[in-house]
Amino acid sequence: MNIFLQQLINGVFIGSVYGLFAIGYTLVFGVLDILNLAHAAVFTLGGLVALWLVQNAALSIWLAFPLATLLSGILGLVINAVAFAPLRHRPDTYFSGLISSIALAIIFESAALGIFGARTVRFPINTITVHIWQVAGVTITSLQIEIVLIAACLMAGLTWFLRHSRAGKAIRAVAENERTARLLGIHVDSIIAFTFFISSALGGAAGILFGLYFGALSPDMGRSIELKGLAVIVLGGMGSIPGAIIGGIAFGLSEVLTVAISGTSNLRDAVAFTVLFAILLLRPSGLFGRKQIRET
Amino acid sequence: MDLHHIFTQFYAVYGSLINFIGINSLLAISLYVTLSAGQLSLGNAAFAGIGGYTAGILTMYLNVPYMVALCAATLMSGAVAVVLGFPVLRLRGVFLAIATLAFGEVVRILAINLQITGGAEGLTPIPNKTQAWMIFTALALVGYFMAVLRRSRIGWSFASIREDETAAKAMGINTTWYKTLAFTIGAMIAGLAGAMSAHLNYIITPGEFGFSAAVQLLIYNIVGGTRIWYGPVLGAALLTALPEILRGIGVSAGPVRMGVNGFILLMVILFLPNGLVSLFSRRKD
Repeated sequence: MNIFLQQLINGVFIGSVYGLFAIGYTLVFGVLDILNLAHAAVFTLGGLVALWLVQNAALSIWLAFPLATLLSGILGLVINAVAFAPLRHRPDTYFSGLISSIALAIIFESAALGIFGARTVRFPINTITVHIWQVAGVTITSLQIEIVLIAACLMAGLTWFLRHSRAGKAIRAVAENERTARLLGIHVDSIIAFTFFISSALGGAAGILFGLYFGALSPDMGRSIELKGLAVIVLGGMGSIPGAIIGGIAFGLSEVLTVAISGTSNLRDAVAFTVLFAILLLRPSGLFGRKQIRET
Repeated sequence: MDLHHIFTQFYAVYGSLINFIGINSLLAISLYVTLSAGQLSLGNAAFAGIGGYTAGILTMYLNVPYMVALCAATLMSGAVAVVLGFPVLRLRGVFLAIATLAFGEVVRILAINLQITGGAEGLTPIPNKTQAWMIFTALALVGYFMAVLRRSRIGWSFASIREDETAAKAMGINTTWYKTLAFTIGAMIAGLAGAMSAHLNYIITPGEFGFSAAVQLLIYNIVGGTRIWYGPVLGAALLTALPEILRGIGVSAGPVRMGVNGFILLMVILFLPNGLVSLFSRRKD
C-alpha cells in the first residue's frame, strides 16, 4: 500500500512538470490554432542553459533558474519571428507553421548538440540542498516539494495573468477572434509575440525542473516529452489551460502506475498513447472542451 | 577505363547510399499519396515498420520466398491502414497528425515488447535479399502508378479533397472512401519499402520507425515539393545524400549536418512553399 502511495506521489511530481510543459504548448494552440513543434527544443535548451549557468558561471540555481527561463522566453520570440510571423497570412498557415517550427526544432537541437555535446550531463550534486523526509512510510524530498511549488506558482500566476491583467485579456481577445481584437485597437502582432514569450519561458522552466528532478540532461531529451506534451494537451483539450495541468498530472500518474503494475518500464508509454488514441477517436475535443483559453 | 568499370567502382563506393536513396524515395512517396489527398499522416514510418517486421518474420521463421514476403508485407500494411483509416480519418488537420503519431508510438511499443519482433534489440538476422535493381524497379513502378493515378478520377478526387474537403463533399465525392484509399495506398507503399529495407539491412529495430522517422518523411516531401510525385523523390535523394555531400566539402561534424538539414527545410518553407521542384517547373497548379 505504501509503495502504491509512493508511486502516486511520484506521479504527481513528474506530472506537474509535464503540465507546465504542456501549458506552453496549449497556450500557443489556443491563441493561434497552430502547433509549435519547437517547444520541446526550448524545453531542452532551457535545462541545458541553466546547467551551464550553474556549472560554468558558478551561479546559484535560484539565479540561474530565472535567467534561463528568461532566455527561453527570448527563444520564443525568435520562434515567432522566424517560423510563424512570416507565414501568418498564407492560406495553409497551420501546416506551413508546423513545418517551419520543425525546422527550428532541428536547428535548436543541433545547436544544443554543438554547444553542449551529445553526452548526458547532470547538475552538480551541491546545486540544491535536498532534505529527505519520511511521512507515514512515504519518502518525500524537499526537491520534489520545490518543483511542485514552482510549477504550481507558475501555473497559478499564468491563470491570474490571463484572467485579470490587461495583456492577459488581450491574449484572450486574440484567441477569441483576431480580427475583432485588431478592430478593438489591440496590437495583435505584439500580443502574439508576447504569447510565444510566455509559452517558451514556461517550456524552458519545465526543462530546468525536469533536469533537476531526474538529474540528467541531454540534447535529445525534448523528443520524448514532445510526444507526451501532445498527449497531455489532447487529453486536456487543445487550448485549455486547466486541462493541460490536469492532463499533465494524469499522464504522470499513468506512467508510474503502469510501471508499478506491469513491473517493467517498457510499457510505460503504452497506456498513455492508447488512451490518447481512444480520446481522439471518441472525444476529439478532449476532456475539458476546446478554446478554454478564452474563458480561463 | 571503360564505362562499365567506372560504374562498378562508383557503385562499390556509393552503393549503400544509392540503395538508401531508393528506399527513402519510396517512403517519401508513400506520404506524398496521403498528402495529395490533403491528409497529414505521421503514421507512415510505422507502416514501414509493420511491413518490415511482417516480411522479416515470414522469411526468417517460415522460409517464405522473398517476393511472397514482399507482397504479404504490402498487404499487411494496407489491411492495418484500412482498419485504422475509417475511424481516424474523421479527424482533421493537426488532430489527424497526432492520432497517427499515437498509432506509430503504439506500434513501436508493441515491437519493443513482443517476442516475435525480437524486442528492443530488433529482428535479426533477416536474409539479405534486396538488390539495387529491385528497389529501383519498385520505385519506377510506383512512380508510373503515381503518374497514372494523378490523371485518373481518383487523382482528381484526392486533389479536390486537398483543396477543400467540404466543397468536395458537396460535389458528391465520397470523401471518407477516397481519404481511406489515399491512406491505404500510402501505407502499402510504406510497407513495401519497409520490407525491402529489412531485407537490405539484415536487421530491423523498433527505433527506426519512431517519431523522428515519421517527421523525416514529411521533411522529404516539403523540401522536394508535394505537387508532383517526383518532388518527394528529389527531397529524399538530396537529404539522404546530404551527409556525403557535406563530407565531400569537408564538413563532417554531426551537429552541423543536422543544422544544415533544418536550415534547408526552413529556407524551403519560407521561400519555396511548393518545394524544390517549383524551381524547375513553371506550371502553377
